[in-house]
Amino acid sequence: MAKNKVLLEVKGLRVAVAGNEILKGVDLTMRDGEVHAIMGPNGSGKSTLAQVLAGHPAYEVLAGSATYDGKDLLDLKPEERARAGVFLAFQYPVEIRGITNSYFLRSALNALRREWGEPELDPIDFLQFLEAKLKAIGWDDSMMNRPVNEGFSGGEKKRNEILQLAVLEPRLAILDETDSGLDIDALKTVAETVNKLRAPDRSFLIVTHYQRLLNYITPDVVHVLADGRIVKSGGPELAHELEAKGYDWLRDAAMVS
Amino acid sequence: MAHVEKLVGSYRAWASNGASAAPEWLRDLREGGIARFHDLGFPNMKQEAWRFTSVAPIAEGSFELAKPPARVPTLEQLRPFLLFEAGYRLVFVDGFFQASLSTPCFDDIQSLAHVATHRQDLVRQYLGKYAATQDRPFSALNTAFVRDGAFVHVPAKATIAEPIQLLCLSTGDKQAVTHPRNLVVIEREARASIVETYASLGEGPYWTNSVTEIVVGDAARVDYHRVQREHARSYHVAATQTHQGRDSTVNVHTVAFGAALARHDIGAVMAGPGGTLILNGLYLLDGAQHADHHTTIDHAAHHCQSHEYFNGVLDGKSRGVFTGRIIVRPGAQKTDSKQTNNNLLLSPDAHADSQPQLEIYADDVKCTHGSTVGPLDPRALFYLRSRGVGEHEARRLLTYGFAAEILGRMEVAALRAQLDAIVRGRLAEQ
Repeated sequence: MAKNKVLLEVKGLRVAVAGNEILKGVDLTMRDGEVHAIMGPNGSGKSTLAQVLAGHPAYEVLAGSATYDGKDLLDLKPEERARAGVFLAFQYPVEIRGITNSYFLRSALNALRREWGEPELDPIDFLQFLEAKLKAIGWDDSMMNRPVNEGFSGGEKKRNEILQLAVLEPRLAILDETDSGLDIDALKTVAETVNKLRAPDRSFLIVTHYQRLLNYITPDVVHVLADGRIVKSGGPELAHELEAKGYDWLRDAAMVS
Repeated sequence: MAHVEKLVGSYRAWASNGASAAPEWLRDLREGGIARFHDLGFPNMKQEAWRFTSVAPIAEGSFELAKPPARVPTLEQLRPFLLFEAGYRLVFVDGFFQASLSTPCFDDIQSLAHVATHRQDLVRQYLGKYAATQDRPFSALNTAFVRDGAFVHVPAKATIAEPIQLLCLSTGDKQAVTHPRNLVVIEREARASIVETYASLGEGPYWTNSVTEIVVGDAARVDYHRVQREHARSYHVAATQTHQGRDSTVNVHTVAFGAALARHDIGAVMAGPGGTLILNGLYLLDGAQHADHHTTIDHAAHHCQSHEYFNGVLDGKSRGVFTGRIIVRPGAQKTDSKQTNNNLLLSPDAHADSQPQLEIYADDVKCTHGSTVGPLDPRALFYLRSRGVGEHEARRLLTYGFAAEILGRMEVAALRAQLDAIVRGRLAEQ
């Protein structure tokens, strides 16, 4: 069977934050439509990988490359990455005072539409568009007129990230511990929505500390990140193995390698 | 000191000539005011309440009492400062009531000069009874020169649905000073909304020294909005004092866009139990502007709640000062008071001082306060950029949000739209 086109290729990526090297040579290849999970213990560099792919300015790339859709991803500003279809669902979504969720979403969508050469949506058109999106994922509009993430519960913040994903329709969606802090019902809701958004032209990189999210979203590939390197990759069964055995055996493996 | 004597001299000349026809109680009120001002003189920076603000440009400015405007502005010239042309409106130019530009309502929404003779008992009952002059030289000076301003009286159980517009316009005559004096009386179970605007047609430098007293009866409600958009070369000193009865609601919204030097003292006395108060303010400064907001909330009764929100957006070399004093009197149990002051510094030369002052003499109360001073949150900036919004636009959006948070609490849609346009215009210049 012919494999899909490569969407993201990371090679030998080394990244430091505040002078500390966190990623020590990460290799990762993702193809169109694939769902990859990155698992690993605390401090292994999972979130760093997610943030650096989205272009967070605090992270310093020491070496290596990341090619996205034929482009040098690391050379692009965060907004250019977003316009090229990269989306990061934040582990800790940021509160934005005074800006309603709906205004924020419209500003973001219009920034992308300008890039796509499509006309911007006015508030009324956007509302229609948004209602259709919400209907498709089975959510109501209760979060729309509140300031972005302000006073949201932990679950609402994570749901809000997934809603942005649904609205902005990225080609590469990176979920940074979207499951942490969610109760099981909220987790299921988020997982179901992600499953609805899976598409042949959309890939997911799911960063998670726990295996339980992968009970609801079946990945194509599971990677284990330990001490800044991917030490093992495998199929969905690897997640179950990690759940049973923990991370220590892999961390030891990383040390000796 | 010479400047104080000069002002006292100009008062004497005015009192014995133009103002001598006033009723005796009013002349006594003025005499008390000038005596107080003479004692106090101009404030200096050694005084706690004036630590961050020098009034030297005013004290040494040789200001002369404004004369009636040589030419009355047209309605067309007023339009940028009005929300709509319908409804009740009182217009003052250089402190003088303009009947031809106003739409009063009998003796209830009227020029204070008119009602001070036509409804003496009512005016006398309230005027000067709330705005402190003891330690407030500017309010004392305003009281000395009380002549005209807006008078709003809403009888018990009456509701005035549309906002009442009060416009104090300066023609911008050089070295002219006006002392607008406004009195708002909302009787029990009545309700009204007021929009008081200070603006200018010229650049001066001129000086506005205004005082507004707002008395709110039991179970009454007032939504009072104050828009200060004076010329950037002018000086603006103001005191707003509210006094509310039991189960009443007072919402005070203020925005300060203008003036080279602005000082606004806002005092609120919660005199009866069960009252609700919101102080919601925005200052948006640029260049060398200096704005000082000094607020005092006096919880004098039990079961009252006060929420205070002030946001400052400071660019250029501007400076914002916020003092939030909250007094909880003995016996004011179950007080619920919340204060926040957030300052956004858009330039390395902008500066903000924020000081809460809590004086709590009751034990069963909830008082919280928080203040921030700093540049745009880099996490929020990255969040927006990661969604495709360009850096410049992201900065503008976050800055706008700082202002929009305050404007969003105002219920008058036309005012929100007017202020929103001003904010967007200012941000577009950056």
